[in-house]
Amino acid sequence: MNSADIAWMLVATALVLLMTPALGFFYGGLVRSKNALNTMMMSVSALGFVGIGWALAGYSIAFAPGNALAGDMSRALLHGVGLEAQGTIPHLLFFSYQGTFAIITAALISGAIVERMRFGSYLAFLFLWGIAVYAPVAHWVWGGGWLSRLGALDFAGGTVVHVNAAAAALVAALVLSPRKDFARQAILPHNVPFTLLGAGLLWFGWFGFNAGSALGANASAALAFTNTMLAPVATLVAWTLLDLVRSSRATAVGAATAIVVGLVAITPAAGFISPVSAIVLGAVAAFPSYYALLWRARTRLDDSLDVVAAHGVGGTVGALLTGVFAQKSWNGVADGLAFGNARQLAIQAAAVLAVALYSAGATWGILKVVALFARVRATAREEGLGLDVTQHGEEAYTSGEGAILVLPEAHGPAAPLSEPVLAPGGGAS
Amino acid sequence: MNDVLESLFRAEVRGLTLHRVQGHGGETDRVETYRGTTVKMELSEKVRLEIGVSDHFVDPTVNAILSAAQTGAVGDGKIFVLPVEKVYRIRTAEEDQAAVTPVG
Repeated sequence: MNSADIAWMLVATALVLLMTPALGFFYGGLVRSKNALNTMMMSVSALGFVGIGWALAGYSIAFAPGNALAGDMSRALLHGVGLEAQGTIPHLLFFSYQGTFAIITAALISGAIVERMRFGSYLAFLFLWGIAVYAPVAHWVWGGGWLSRLGALDFAGGTVVHVNAAAAALVAALVLSPRKDFARQAILPHNVPFTLLGAGLLWFGWFGFNAGSALGANASAALAFTNTMLAPVATLVAWTLLDLVRSSRATAVGAATAIVVGLVAITPAAGFISPVSAIVLGAVAAFPSYYALLWRARTRLDDSLDVVAAHGVGGTVGALLTGVFAQKSWNGVADGLAFGNARQLAIQAAAVLAVALYSAGATWGILKVVALFARVRATAREEGLGLDVTQHGEEAYTSGEGAILVLPEAHGPAAPLSEPVLAPGGGAS
Repeated sequence: MNDVLESLFRAEVRGLTLHRVQGHGGETDRVETYRGTTVKMELSEKVRLEIGVSDHFVDPTVNAILSAAQTGAVGDGKIFVLPVEKVYRIRTAEEDQAAVTPVG
C-alpha cells in the first residue's frame, strides 16, 4: 500500500460525498419555493438509502467476483472488506469511495421527477435502484463485467453514472407523468443563487470524482484533475456565447447548467485524453445539450430539471468523444478514432446503448413494483400545497408568525408558573 | 392563483392588485415539526386581491373568481363587495367610471 495514494483517496471520497448535498442545492434552487425542501431531501436521502443498500448488497454485486453480468454476494455487508490492500489502498477505502458514486448517481435521477413524487415511494425506489441498477452496471464496466472485457473506456462514470441516471430519469419522468402545472403555468426557479452554489460545489467535488478515479496520487490523477478543470471551462465559454447569440443575454442558470454539462462530458474521458482534447471536448459538448434543452422545453416531456439533456446527452457525447480522443501516449491503455482506432468508438457506442437500455427497463420495473405497494404520484392537492408541507411537514421559508408551540404531552404536566424555574448553575434572571 | 387570474382575464377584468398575506379562516391548522419542536401553524399563506370595477362589472368579476377559486374545501376564501366613494386615475385625472374603464 502507498500512503500518498491512501491520503488522496481519503480526500477524494469526502469530495465525492459532498457532491450529493451540492446536487441538492443545484436542484433545490431550480424548483418553486413550496418544493425546495422536498427537492433537496431527494438528494440528501440518497446518502442514507443508497448508502445502506451499498453496504448491504450493492458493493458485492458491483465489485465481488462473479459472472459477466453481476458480482456474487460474497462481499455482502462488507464481508471480507477490511484493511487489506485493494490496489494500493485499503479495501474498505475503495468500498467507501465507490459507495459515494452509487449515492450521487441515484440522486441525479430525482431531477426528472421533482415536485410530484410521494416521498415514501421515492425512498423505496432509491434503495432498490441503487442495488438493482447501479450495482450491476458498475460491475459491467468496472467490476470485471462484460463491458470491461469488451474494452469500453469509462474513466469516472460517463456511462455508469450519467447515461445510467439519465435513462432512469427519462423513464421515471414518463411513468410519473408531468406535473399538473406543467406547460400550463410558468414554473420558475425560486433561488438561482442556490443553483450557482450547487454548481460550484459540484465542480469542487468533481475533482475527487474524476481525479480520484485514478485510485491513487499519480500522474493519471493529475491528468484527470487538469481535464476536469479545462473541459467545463470550455463548455462555460461555448454555452455563454450560445446564450449571447440566441438571446443576447448570458444567463446564470445557463452558466450553472454549462458547468455541469462540461463536468459530465469530461467524466468518461478524464484520464484518457490530452488536456487540449479536453478543451475541444468541453466546447463541443455544449452544443448538443444546449439544443436538447431548448427542444425538450417544447415537448410534453416533463423532465423537470433536464437530467436527460445535461446527463444523458452530455454523458453520451463524453463517452463517444472518449472513443475519439483517447490517446495511448497519455493513458497507456488505448487509442481512439482520432489516433487510428475506430473500433474504440464502436465499443463506446455499444456501452452507452446497453447501459441506457438496461437502466430504462429496470427503472420501469422498479417503479411498477413500488406502485404495487404504495401510491407513487402525489395528488393534485398535494402538488398545489407543495410537497414540503404535505410530505415533510416543514417549510423552507417560514415567517414563524402565527405558529403556536404544541407542548409535548410525554413530558407530563408543565411546571406551575408560580414557581420560578431556575436555570442550572444560575438563578432566574 | 393562476386559474383565478386567467378566469378574470377571460372576464375582461384587467386591473387588479395582489397582496400575499397571512390569514386564518375555518380551515384546520397545519402541524409542522422542527427538530423536537412541534408547532401548529395558525396562519396560512393567502392572497388578497383588490379589484376596482364599475357597477355592471361586479357580477362578472365575482362569477369569474367563484368559478376559478372554488374547490369545495374550507379555506377557499371570501369575496367582499364594497362601495367605492371616489376614484381618480392619476395619469389623466379622470374620475369615477372613466377612471376604472380600460383605455383602448
